[in-house]
Amino acid sequence: MTGRAAVSEASGEALLEARDLVKDYGDFRALDGVSLSIDEGEFVSIIGPNGAGKSTLVNLLTGVLQPTAGAVRFKGRDIHGIGPVALARRGMARSFQLVHVFPDLTVQETLEAAVVSRLGRGARLFAALAADREVKDGALEIAELFRLGDKRQALSRQLPQGDKKLLDVASAFALRPEIILLDEPTSGVSTADKAAIMEILVGASRRIGLRAIIQVEHDMDIVFGYSDRIVALHQGKVLADATPSRLRADQDVVDTVIGRRRGNP
Amino acid sequence: MTGARVLAVAALALLAAPPVLPTYYTLLLLPFMAYAVVLLGLNLLFAYAGLLSFGHALFIGLGAYTGAFLTTHTPVRALEVILLAAAVAGAAVAALVGALCVRYVKIYFGMLTLAFGMVFYTFLLKFYRLTGGDEGMRVLRPTLLGMDIGAMPKTDYLAGPYYYYSLAVLALATVVMWRVVRSPFGLCLRTVRDNPAKAEALGIGVTRNRWIAFVISGVYAAVGGALLGPPIGNVDPTLAYWTQSGNIVFMTLLGGFSHFFGPVVGAFAFIFLQDTVMSVVPYWRLIFGAILAAIVIFAPGGLMGLAARVRPIEASRS
Repeated sequence: MTGRAAVSEASGEALLEARDLVKDYGDFRALDGVSLSIDEGEFVSIIGPNGAGKSTLVNLLTGVLQPTAGAVRFKGRDIHGIGPVALARRGMARSFQLVHVFPDLTVQETLEAAVVSRLGRGARLFAALAADREVKDGALEIAELFRLGDKRQALSRQLPQGDKKLLDVASAFALRPEIILLDEPTSGVSTADKAAIMEILVGASRRIGLRAIIQVEHDMDIVFGYSDRIVALHQGKVLADATPSRLRADQDVVDTVIGRRRGNP
Repeated sequence: MTGARVLAVAALALLAAPPVLPTYYTLLLLPFMAYAVVLLGLNLLFAYAGLLSFGHALFIGLGAYTGAFLTTHTPVRALEVILLAAAVAGAAVAALVGALCVRYVKIYFGMLTLAFGMVFYTFLLKFYRLTGGDEGMRVLRPTLLGMDIGAMPKTDYLAGPYYYYSLAVLALATVVMWRVVRSPFGLCLRTVRDNPAKAEALGIGVTRNRWIAFVISGVYAAVGGALLGPPIGNVDPTLAYWTQSGNIVFMTLLGGFSHFFGPVVGAFAFIFLQDTVMSVVPYWRLIFGAILAAIVIFAPGGLMGLAARVRPIEASRS
């Protein structure tokens, strides 16, 4: 299944656009004039060797960092410095490279927190959460989509690593965002489980009506198996931005990023 | 035995205390109830938001002095008005202090709250024309629910109407806090405690939720402080001193902060332990220091943690 089947089709202006992004850490330039755009209906992978600037780009796109120069626009609006909280409320969600869960919350509570946030009920001090059917049902739906239904009462810190990863991603999906950024969604997961996780993600994306998916990924089988377009970074610059078939034909990218020679699998 | 049954037994015991217990022990329950209100608020900040304040004596003193000022400098005598005024004062000061403090975490938050507490203590000590300085201020007997029972002997007043009034305030404070921690806000607060970065990624405001928790805890501490004044008849700056902040942290650890009622149990144990130890040995702080060390090393879950190990009860997990 390709990524295009995962997201809803539409036409129009770019959903997410980065223009001439520059990010300096003191004298070190992590990103040097990176531009990319994500259109509605796309599944885009960002690849590159370690130190290419992928994490920096992700943090700039998700409002965690402010660019030294350049701009990021989401749904036509500049999101410069708005921060992750405001960005989540505008419709962009992310999962983390290193698994981020709430250790002392159960799976159910984690998903309920995301639904509470989505419904704007976080300021309700005296409402009984246990009686909120909309929150409960919203959390249950996501739990079942991510095959965590029978683990809803488990504490997050007691879950196996693969389930923690799923929970991290599931809670982002519980926000029902318009665009989601997955930072290495299959890292730390066994090879046998990677395909299963991707199928879960694709199925969930279709179910909640995601408009676009961006992922940072090192596993080239997953990158080439699911992406509509691949953006290759190297030393803070965009090396290539093309479809999987065109990227495979680009020897520079293959040598620099993928690390295989032409003709070899 | 379920937690609900234990709670019911405890509530009945408190209701039955005045006619059953010797008056001395009934009067000892008054500061327990006042501190229990304080600790319900402190534990919202500590167990649910992950912020340990070393300056909450500021709000205890603020509430106590609010009652003293109103009863001695204004015609106000109604305890309802005093408690409301203390709550408003607590909210106002907590809103300002919290706006700065909640931007920091861990030791920095603790030190900032300690600093604000000592600023207030110094204010109470030095502005003696307003506060009475180290002699403090008198607290005149308040009326309860419109009843002027000024003619009643003090002991009868405190062990009777005032006791049950305090118990009602504690009950109401407990019900309100129970709702708060089990609300959507309570859940969001726990996400902020566990993983602030993840909470933000889910659209949950970290600073904003911490600030709300700080304000609520300030209100509770001020209300508890206002309840401390009438039994003593006088308030002084030591109520706002940093050791007072240390005492309520001790109570929290003694009872167990992971359980909703842990700090309340800690307040009970502390009050009666202090009374017992002080009557036996002059160096009671030495004994309490040893108890604190033992709790940290052998029973980090406090008394509620020990009880859960010995006899499992339905725990109300924070």
